[in-house]
Amino acid sequence: MQTSPVNSRRSRLLRHESTMAYWLISPAMTLFLIFTIVPTIFAFFLSFSNYDILTPIKWIGLQNYERLLTDTLFARGVRNVAFYALLYVPIIIGSSVMIALALNRKRPGMVIFRTLFYLPSVTSSIAAATVWTWMLQKDYGLVNQGLAIVGIHGPSWLASSDYAMYAIVIVTVWQGLGGNIIVYLAGLQGIPAYLYEAAGLDGASPLQQFWYITVPGLRTTTFFVLFMSLIGAFQLFDQAYAMTQGGPGYATTTAVYQIYSNGFNQLRMGYAAAQAFVLAVAILVVSLINNRLNKDADLGT
Amino acid sequence: MKKQTPYFYARETVFYAALIALAVFMLLPFYWMIITSLKPNEDIFRDPIQWLPNRITFEHYVSAFTLVPFGRYFFNSTIMAVMGVISNLILGSMAGYAFARLRFAGKNWLFQLKLSSLLIPGIVTMIPTFIILRSFPLAGGNNLLGQGGYGLLNSYWAVVLPGAAGAFAVFFMRQFFRTLPDDLMDAARVDGASEWTIFWRIYLPLCKPALATLGIFTFQGGWNVFLWAIIVFNDPNMATVQMGLQAFTFNKQTDYGPLMAANVVVSLPVILIFIFAQRYFVQSIAFSGSK
Repeated sequence: MQTSPVNSRRSRLLRHESTMAYWLISPAMTLFLIFTIVPTIFAFFLSFSNYDILTPIKWIGLQNYERLLTDTLFARGVRNVAFYALLYVPIIIGSSVMIALALNRKRPGMVIFRTLFYLPSVTSSIAAATVWTWMLQKDYGLVNQGLAIVGIHGPSWLASSDYAMYAIVIVTVWQGLGGNIIVYLAGLQGIPAYLYEAAGLDGASPLQQFWYITVPGLRTTTFFVLFMSLIGAFQLFDQAYAMTQGGPGYATTTAVYQIYSNGFNQLRMGYAAAQAFVLAVAILVVSLINNRLNKDADLGT
Repeated sequence: MKKQTPYFYARETVFYAALIALAVFMLLPFYWMIITSLKPNEDIFRDPIQWLPNRITFEHYVSAFTLVPFGRYFFNSTIMAVMGVISNLILGSMAGYAFARLRFAGKNWLFQLKLSSLLIPGIVTMIPTFIILRSFPLAGGNNLLGQGGYGLLNSYWAVVLPGAAGAFAVFFMRQFFRTLPDDLMDAARVDGASEWTIFWRIYLPLCKPALATLGIFTFQGGWNVFLWAIIVFNDPNMATVQMGLQAFTFNKQTDYGPLMAANVVVSLPVILIFIFAQRYFVQSIAFSGSK
């Protein structure tokens, strides 16, 4: 290879540049190695073992996964999460679209409403769970007192296995709306205004404009919100822990709750790792489906 | 201008009424939290409810800090959230800058790998990370092989280290550095500036808005962390504010007055940041939605 002076200067510069780059990324990548890559591989091996921290690790092959098939509590956790997601996801998508459409109108005061609606999303899940536990208290809570005014005798929300999950849905919707409204508002901004102008000139009714311009225009945003809220729902934990401790009975136990209590209360870490893997695979499947649908949608528009 | 019909006014009234009703739903819990924290005990449990307290008292705020060592929890949470912000801003912009602006072998591959961690749910790495922290060599009474002690558990590091350079921080900063012009770098090189100077003195100062957004986002995440904290801390002295909120319930009896006072104190820092730096919040959410 020929080396002209210019070329050798270039290569010296490149060497400088890449040395610098490796220095700059090394802290982040080292942490990534120790706290993401190694744990992920470690978790895989752990799921084929019996480990309780105190005694040495023991390999037990597929026993953890076999046991999982007959674990009624884990199944209960998965069922509860599925039930929760079935309520939470449509409610959050439907209401945040509607609210974002409202706030997207050119009317005075919309920024103030946006700020107010976002406020619950700023607080922590535990703070929200705590306030709502008090609001849903059966005798003196605001919700049942309010219901009493209109003559309804409210249930003892958190102490009733029929209502506890609905209580968690209320809290998480209250907290989740703000962020999704902003995501949808950003999505609405991304739809070019000339589409509406052209449709208006062609005499399309507002309903037609909504159906033929807004709905397709929000497809990518909706996939994102659907995906994020599904994944969030699969990993429900904080509210179930803080409001009901997974109860009453096991009415609000969740998959993550089961992993937590197997791993850290009962020190069945191998088994908990197997449960975590099953949940992760479920999440991965959802994200692959979402990716696929998203691609199809992109091709379609 | 077009003359408005009665239909227009009716429609707009309904529109605003619906938004106001929704705002009430969103804000009522905050109102109820604050009002409860200021009511004397006999007014908290009263039927029918009292919308305004007869007498305002700060006794619950005093008991929040005396019944439970809430000051200590506040200190712990502050330290960990601030450490998380500093490390994510520094390490995230270092890596983000390299991935955005420098040429090196394996760049795309390493970046894709780092991004993939956004796809791995935290639940998978939870148990092994706990074991790794517990058997960290030469920490918390451990020997060189990581045996004998508690490692980094029950220390601030247990929360700060695993999240010190999150994939989101790297990705977010990379996207921002990519929007900056190239010629600054060329000009600085002609002037003989070192690679570090170019990063630290020239490009990083241009990132202030992005750093503010990322900092706020990271602070909020660190302040609100719960599941990981209950796993790595069993020393009550290390508890966070979120864990502290659980301490007001004994034997299924909850002290609602002090609990709501503590809740106000826990929520206040993030709400204040939100009010004063709202546009940064909105940017980070819109960014995560558009990526």
